[in-house]
Amino acid sequence: MFKELCAKAFPKSLWVYHCNVGACNGCDIEVIDVLTPYYDAERFGIKLVASPRHADVLLVCGPVTRQVVPALKRLYDAVPHPKLVLAIGSCAVGGGIWFDSYNVVGGADTILPVDYYIPGCPPRPEAILHGVAVALGLAEKDIESVHLKQLPDRPESVPVEVE
Amino acid sequence: MIASKLKEAILSLRPGRVTLKYPFAPHDPEGDFRGYPEIDTDKCIGCGGCAAVCPARLIMIQDIDQNTRRIVRLLERCIFCGRCADVCPEDAITMTKRFELSTDSGREDMESECQVFMATCQRCGRCYEPPSALDKIMKPGLRNDEVKRGGQDSPYKHISSE
Ligand code: SF4
Ligand code: SF4
Ligand code: SF4
Repeated sequence: MFKELCAKAFPKSLWVYHCNVGACNGCDIEVIDVLTPYYDAERFGIKLVASPRHADVLLVCGPVTRQVVPALKRLYDAVPHPKLVLAIGSCAVGGGIWFDSYNVVGGADTILPVDYYIPGCPPRPEAILHGVAVALGLAEKDIESVHLKQLPDRPESVPVEVE
Repeated sequence: MIASKLKEAILSLRPGRVTLKYPFAPHDPEGDFRGYPEIDTDKCIGCGGCAAVCPARLIMIQDIDQNTRRIVRLLERCIFCGRCADVCPEDAITMTKRFELSTDSGREDMESECQVFMATCQRCGRCYEPPSALDKIMKPGLRNDEVKRGGQDSPYKHISSE
């Protein structure tokens, strides 16, 4: 249902606002990479804008630091509805290697509702493009959680039931 | 002014088409790219080496009963450094070239859990792994694939029903 809503709400182009909430700049460089003519995310109508009030999509890079939490909340409120949030990089997805640092509160989803997750440190430009394609419904997600168990009397590991 | 713009336009025609076809055509990473670390549950012996070296501290070891050890990896935080694959004594972890990891249904999609069949210590009743590398060499059979091969000196061959 959410997908249909997205398809309706974003038929033409997505304007993105890129915010660095504590990233090491690795992810930011990859985001800029995606906008170069070689990867060319502008094919899909994606455009980097300078103000959150013009944006449909918030790109969050980096672990959310304690200092940036109020600013990030205000930024999210400034983006008009309907809005999407893309978490780019392992840091924004779950906190990365900094998840338990004294000044980090965790991934972007501790503060905002995140719609699409793109893990990687930094994610390849292709990985970001894949994330964009998933968001636009051009590709399917290609990852699933794995739960396997060894049994002494079976030749292969068997899946575990998860609740 | 117009001449310079025209010149610019002509110059930009020269390189031709450079854009990658990527989301519509596959584009495999080249070189030593490290992607999703895949774990082969059959090979893992539950030694915990990967958990000890992981810089993101995302590998958790939990003994859920006397002979089951759970190894849970929250790979959404992985930085794809490959240290776990380096340190694994059984080469159970391989760094694949998978990079299309984005998901729209929550970060749990990156979770990977494997439950390893362990020996039980006869004294304390806990999961057991051979105390030293030498012991490990002398005691094959902790590995699931050794058990299923029915290795001659496997301490578990009485358990293996096949
Ligand atoms: S995911 Fe990696 S590259 Fe991106 S901000 Fe975090 S540490 Fe830097
Ligand atoms: S690749 Fe590095 S960060 Fe990822 S699980 Fe292995 S040791 Fe941890
Ligand atoms: S994956 Fe390798 S290093 Fe990690 S617990 Fe299993 S055997 Fe040990």
